[in-house]
Amino acid sequence: MKDKIAEKLFLFIAFSAILSLLLITFFIFQQGIPLITKIGLGNFFSTTWSPTKGQFGILSMIIGSLMVTTGALVVGVPFGLACAIFLAEFSSKAVQNTLKPILELLAGIPSVVYGFIGIVILVPFIRQNFGGPGFSVLAASIILGIMILPTIVSISYDSLLSVPNTYREGSYAVGATKWQTVTMLLLPAARSGIVAGIILGMGRAIGETMAVIMIAGNALKIPGSILDSVRTLTSTIALELGYAAGDHRAALFACGAFLFFIIIILNIIAIRVTGRK
Amino acid sequence: MRQALLLSSILFLLIPACIRREGGIIIAGSTSVQPFIEKVAEQYMEEHPGSVINVQGGGSTAGIQATFNKTCNIGASSRDLKVSEKGLQIILIAVDGIAVIVHRDNIIDDLTVEQIQKIFSTEISNWQELGGVDTEIIPVTREEGSGTRGSFEKMIMGDKTISDACLVQDSNGAVREIIATTPQGIGYISVGLVDEREKAVSINGIEPNLSNLITCTYEFSRPFLLLLRESPTGEVKKFIDYVLSEKGQDILKKDGLIPATEIQSD
Repeated sequence: MKDKIAEKLFLFIAFSAILSLLLITFFIFQQGIPLITKIGLGNFFSTTWSPTKGQFGILSMIIGSLMVTTGALVVGVPFGLACAIFLAEFSSKAVQNTLKPILELLAGIPSVVYGFIGIVILVPFIRQNFGGPGFSVLAASIILGIMILPTIVSISYDSLLSVPNTYREGSYAVGATKWQTVTMLLLPAARSGIVAGIILGMGRAIGETMAVIMIAGNALKIPGSILDSVRTLTSTIALELGYAAGDHRAALFACGAFLFFIIIILNIIAIRVTGRK
Repeated sequence: MRQALLLSSILFLLIPACIRREGGIIIAGSTSVQPFIEKVAEQYMEEHPGSVINVQGGGSTAGIQATFNKTCNIGASSRDLKVSEKGLQIILIAVDGIAVIVHRDNIIDDLTVEQIQKIFSTEISNWQELGGVDTEIIPVTREEGSGTRGSFEKMIMGDKTISDACLVQDSNGAVREIIATTPQGIGYISVGLVDEREKAVSINGIEPNLSNLITCTYEFSRPFLLLLRESPTGEVKKFIDYVLSEKGQDILKKDGLIPATEIQSD
C-alpha cells in the first residue's frame, strides 16, 4: 500500500515537471507568435527596435547574442580544453582532487557576482587601456568565457577519462610522446564529449542574462568593433519586461520564442553529436 | 491512494492562500517611486507595530495594471495616466524633477536643451564641441517603456529620438553607477537620487535644486502618484493619510522630492 502511494506520488511529480515544461512552451508561443504574424517576418527581422513606436526588429539583438556567444567560446574553449587536458592527463591525483572542486565552485557563483566583478574591474580596465565605453562585446565575452569554463572543463574531462587506458598504453608502446598521444589519439577519441561540452557551454552563454546586462552596455546599435556596446536577446527581455505592455510585451515573448527555438536546435545538435560517436 | 493525491493537491492550493492573507498592504509600480515610498513605509511600520507594507517595483505600467487587477492594494506611477487607463483614484504625493548628470570631474556645468538633444541623438559625440575636454561622450539612457525615459523624451528630447548607440540601463541606480565611474558619461535620473559622486548640470542656466523645482523655474519634472481601485478604507487609508501627513511629506522632502503639500497650483 505504502509503496503504491509513493509510486503514484512520484509519478505525479514527474509528470508535473513535464507538464510545466509544456505549459511554458505553450505560453511563450501563444503570447509571442500572434505578434509575429501581425507585423510580419520582415518587420520582426529588421534592425529597428522601437517597440513603443511599432518597430519590432530583433536583428541587431540576434547579432549581439551571436557576437557575445562567439566571443565567450573564443575565450572559454581554449582555456577550458587546456584545463581539462591538464587535469585528465598531466596532473597528479592530488592536484586533480584540489583543482576539480574549485572549478566546480566557479559554476556555483551567482551571475550577478560575475557581473559585479566585470563592472568594478574589467570595464574600467578596458575603457582606460583600449578606449570606448568599456561596456563592450569584449568585456561580456571575457566574463561569459569564464562562466562557461566549468561546463566545458567537467564534460571534456569526463570524456577524456572515459577513453580506455589501453589506448594510451598502445600509443606509448609505438613510441608516441605524451603530447602526440593527447593531440592525435585522446582528443579525437573524446571528440563527441568535448563537442557536447562546448555546445552546452554555448547554450549557457546565449541564455546568460544578468551578467551581460551589467557589463555589455546594452546599446541597440549593431557593434562595429569588439569595444562597442552590445545588446543581446535575453538582456532585452529582462531590461524591458517590467515596463512593457500590449504589443511591446508580446514582442518580448516573441524574442523568448525565438531564443527557445535556438536553444532547441543547439540541444538537438548536441544530442546528435554525442549519439554518433 | 486517490485521497492522498487529493489531499496533497489541496495542501498545495492552500499554501499560497495562507501566504496571501498575511501579506498586509502591497504597493507595486514605478521603480522611481519605489525607493521613496519604501522609506515612508519603513517609518510607518516602525510607528505602527504589527502592520506590514510590502513595496514592489515593476514599473508604472505594471503598477497601473496591478491596481486594475487588484494584485496590489496601492499602485504607484511616475507618469500621468493615459486615457485608456482612466477609472482609478489618483493621489498626488510629490513631484520629482529629472536631472541630467555627468561625472563629477567633468568641467561642464551647464547645457542647453538643444545640446542635450544633440548629445542623446549622438549628433554631438565629443565633449570638446561643448567646451569640455577632448574625449568622446558616452550617453546612458533608460530602457524603452521606462517612466523616466518617457518623461525625458517628452520634456527634453521633443521630436528628436534617442540614438541606438546610447548605453541602456534599467534603473536610476544603474545609470548613476555608470556616470559616477565613467568620466565621459552623461545620463538622466531623478533629482532626488543625485548624490555627491556625480554632478547634476543646470539646463538653460537653471539649476535643478529644490527652490527652482517648487517655483517650477526648473520645468523638467513629473508627478509621483499613488493609485487606488476604490475609496481607501482601513489600513490602506491609514497609510495614505500618513504619506500625506507632515511626517510622511517630510521624509519625501528630505530625499529631494517636492512634497505635494508645497505645490500651489495643481
